[in-house]
Amino acid sequence: MNDTVNPRDWAGQPAYIVPEYKSTPLRGPTKPLIPLPQTLSEVTGPVYGHEAVTGNDADLTRNGRRNGEPLGERIIVAGRVLDEDGRPLPNTLLEIWQANAGGRYIHATDQHDAPIDPNFFGGGRCVTDAEGRYQFMTIKPGAYPWPNHHNAWRPNHIHFSLFGPSFLTRLVTQMYFPGDPLLDLDPIFLATPAETRDLLVSKFSLDLTQPNYALGYRFDIVLRGRSATPMEA
Amino acid sequence: MTKLRQTPSQTVGPYFAYGLSPEQYGYQHGLTSIAGHDMAAGDVEGQQIRIEGRVFDGAGNVISDALIEVWQADALGRYAHPADPRGSNSNFKGFGRCGTGTDPQNRFWFDTIKPGAPEAGQAPHLSVIVTMRGMLLHAFTRIYFSDEASANAADKVLNAVPAERRNTLIATKRDGNVYRFDIHMQGDNETVFFDA
Ligand SMILES: [Fe+3]
Repeated sequence: MNDTVNPRDWAGQPAYIVPEYKSTPLRGPTKPLIPLPQTLSEVTGPVYGHEAVTGNDADLTRNGRRNGEPLGERIIVAGRVLDEDGRPLPNTLLEIWQANAGGRYIHATDQHDAPIDPNFFGGGRCVTDAEGRYQFMTIKPGAYPWPNHHNAWRPNHIHFSLFGPSFLTRLVTQMYFPGDPLLDLDPIFLATPAETRDLLVSKFSLDLTQPNYALGYRFDIVLRGRSATPMEA
Repeated sequence: MTKLRQTPSQTVGPYFAYGLSPEQYGYQHGLTSIAGHDMAAGDVEGQQIRIEGRVFDGAGNVISDALIEVWQADALGRYAHPADPRGSNSNFKGFGRCGTGTDPQNRFWFDTIKPGAPEAGQAPHLSVIVTMRGMLLHAFTRIYFSDEASANAADKVLNAVPAERRNTLIATKRDGNVYRFDIHMQGDNETVFFDA
């Protein structure tokens, strides 16, 4: 017997092909996935710890400054990274990226006619502590239009990327904000089954909020856990 | 015990470069890249190789906003991870990341070393994560090598793949130390993706 990584929770994940999200029909795999035994190649994975994070990497209100403070609403985004049994995952790298307060990315292919903020970049990273906690300081991202359909707008969101303990625990996701009216109209958010959709929405937290400075939002992330099951020889 | 549900996956979107590969895409700011296409920089033992390829959609068009990530053992088949008690070449991290948006032909490429076989029953290979705008969750695949025919024939993963599809997992040796590995998301030649 050996520990194996739990399977993906397929019932709680979006499908590869979701017609309402119009880039998916030509990009998602169509043939059945082939079961892969968990070998040494899968139970290992990239290791990035505290050495990968320096200076203001976790403070997006500072890491892009050129000649002043970025514009917009300062927010604190914090939470814990856990496995399915609720065990905290320490030393786990989180990488995030987001639009600025006006809904604009600093990217050659972002043609949205909203201002670039010279003092905001929108990328950051941090590593969880011994209790699996992380915390970012940033600016609340604006909504932005996208060409999926007429008058399509992405809800406010922050992109998150995590490795976790092995190659199999990799997760790329998006964190949304409570009460956003665009959530009910967004094919990317709605592609997630209704039963797990709420896991993508952060919660306002007065505890995290810093008086006279910034609102706090809590976003916990759950990665694939491990179970004692026979390891494939 | 009630388990927590896994956080659902969402697409990396078109702007992943920003957070995941800022140096490759030339962003001038304070955030460095944790990983890129140059995996064998410094004093790394092993045969230097390049793996390059393109990603095609179901209409045969080249995808310019895909992100490819690779994970591999060192030249002796050891992984730089605590689950591999052998410990790896200390200069080799084993992880590479490359977007398809900066090369004029929208190739991804990795300058790395040829991995050794990690354990009995496995041929030399790289583990691969494919993701892009238009994918709500990433796909797993593997890269094997065309000049490892006998090891490939004994590989337990390749042997679990229908024979007529195995070629989609094998990088073809070109001139010098360059291997070509194209990824087809759909179609007759659809790359084998795994439920890992
Ligand atoms: Fe976005």
